[in-house]
Amino acid sequence: MSAATAAPGEVVRVRVPPRTFRSELRAIKVVWGRELIRFRSDRMRILTSLIQPLLFLFVLGSGLQQLATASTGGVDLKTFIYPGILCMSVMFTAMFSAASIVWDREFGFMREMMVAPVRRSSIVIGKCLGGATVASLQGVILIALAGAVHVPYDPLMILGIFGLQLLLAFSVTAFGIMVAARITQMQSFMAVMQMVVTPMYFLAGAFFPVAALPAWLTVLNRLDPLTYAVDPMRRLVFSQLDISASARRVLDPGVSLWGWRVPAGLEALFVLALGLAMLAIAIVEFSSTE
Amino acid sequence: MTTVTSSTRAVDVRDLRKSFDEVEAVRGVSFDVAAGEVFGFLGPNGAGKTTTINMLCTLAKPTGGTALVAGHDIVRARDDVRRHIGLVFQDPTLDGYMTAEQNLRLHAELYGVESALVAPRMRQVLEMVGLWERRKVPVNTFSGGMRRRLEIARGLMHSPRVLFLDEPTIGLDPQTRASIWSYIAQLKESEEITIFMTTHYMDEAEFCDRIAIMDSGKIVALDTPAALKAAVGADRVRIQTDDDASAAAALREAFALESQLADGGVVFFVESGEEFVPRLFAELGQPIRSVSVSRPTLDDVFMSFTGKTIRDAEESGGRSRNRRMMQVMAGGRR
Repeated sequence: MSAATAAPGEVVRVRVPPRTFRSELRAIKVVWGRELIRFRSDRMRILTSLIQPLLFLFVLGSGLQQLATASTGGVDLKTFIYPGILCMSVMFTAMFSAASIVWDREFGFMREMMVAPVRRSSIVIGKCLGGATVASLQGVILIALAGAVHVPYDPLMILGIFGLQLLLAFSVTAFGIMVAARITQMQSFMAVMQMVVTPMYFLAGAFFPVAALPAWLTVLNRLDPLTYAVDPMRRLVFSQLDISASARRVLDPGVSLWGWRVPAGLEALFVLALGLAMLAIAIVEFSSTE
Repeated sequence: MTTVTSSTRAVDVRDLRKSFDEVEAVRGVSFDVAAGEVFGFLGPNGAGKTTTINMLCTLAKPTGGTALVAGHDIVRARDDVRRHIGLVFQDPTLDGYMTAEQNLRLHAELYGVESALVAPRMRQVLEMVGLWERRKVPVNTFSGGMRRRLEIARGLMHSPRVLFLDEPTIGLDPQTRASIWSYIAQLKESEEITIFMTTHYMDEAEFCDRIAIMDSGKIVALDTPAALKAAVGADRVRIQTDDDASAAAALREAFALESQLADGGVVFFVESGEEFVPRLFAELGQPIRSVSVSRPTLDDVFMSFTGKTIRDAEESGGRSRNRRMMQVMAGGRR
């Protein structure tokens, strides 16, 4: 091709440079940014995905309070399930974020990204980070409700919650993208996600203390990866509460394996590792499709 | 084929093949496209056009043969090919929730276009397709024609050397189709670009510099539209009778003419069609309800190479497409 002969104001010729690490970062950033643009323009989604957590927190929480006062040692049931709800809202939003990859395929946009001269991994990473960010932003609304359930607004706690939400959102989105690599139809995707996520959510101890459970439930609880996201969240929230030692023992026993209480940091690390592993699988799956 | 010529060739294809399980969709095609050419792939649905284009765009791996696009091997240098091509697919691939501007910007970022050039280039391509005023509007509110125009603008955003257009005007109204053709003509003037397109609209194929006619996974003819039509040579005559089958037999007996039952009548080709008509009435020995004589169209070319019209080859194409084809035929008759 001859050099640009066009006069100024005529044809603007651009050049696509060979792939570099920087261009991959740029691709990740733009795919991430698209998730934010879409989130902003979709106010309906922000509202609808708030309904379920709020129902659980205020309706179920207030309702069951009638039965529970005696055994919670004076702690409001809403306060108790609040950490679980923080996880819940993030999980469902992250699930929807991952679903967008299925929509993208159905509406063709996936193709636009797949034929670009960038690595598939950049697209998958961008998607995953985008989903995580969007879900965490949604989580902020629930963090703001802390006062309504008697949890003080402590800056460090809020940061901690946000970090944990980000972590959980990342892992759930990675999981969703991994599933979406295989399942290309929206209906089956949502069905599979519901089938996996709902039991995970119920088993994770979002609504009940994880000590002194029946043996079968203890086993299932410890096997559920989500347990290791809910537990540090609860510890973090409870660290800010002024409650009796006995109530703390009952309500925030922590997860123990063979009598060893797992440190919160390790639990968070486990969630992160799991997320990274699923992201790696998702990348492999997307890279091998034509 | 050789390194010397590959720099002037935008596309160079050698014995390209693609099979899906048992079905061989593309059965060994070879051709080349010169830089700056508008090259058309013509054929019915299912002829293997889209499969071929997908392979050239690195969206599908060939099961045999080789191809260079913009001088790069489509299998071994996939990313290099991708950097130099623009794509407009048959199905929309825009993000409807984003504005036109956001869609183009995302594309430029994905392709690593130099940041300082994104805005001026975007303005240029949007102005070309007449969407600059609508750049802040979400694509969801665009009509089908506007979306297709935006897709073309996006495909050009990174100044590709080869622009692939897979049925760029399918499903659009005649006015929009005409405007899309004027952009393509304009493109040819202003940018150093090769255009590779598929179509099954005969009248559109005539805009191309050269056309490859594809049928059942093979290229059956490749030349300029004029040369292809010249190859048919004769005028196209269509007659309608009460008994087309016996009319065809009578044609063979009286004039030694081979004919086809197509297009709602008996179609055959003959030198100096107008002068032939009086003889036809005198010697066919059978009542004729109507006669039309026309210069050969590309559809006739297709028929002369494959023995069937594109419409017949498609069996059950979309209704609008058929209607469009009728208009083409009607246009040719005048």
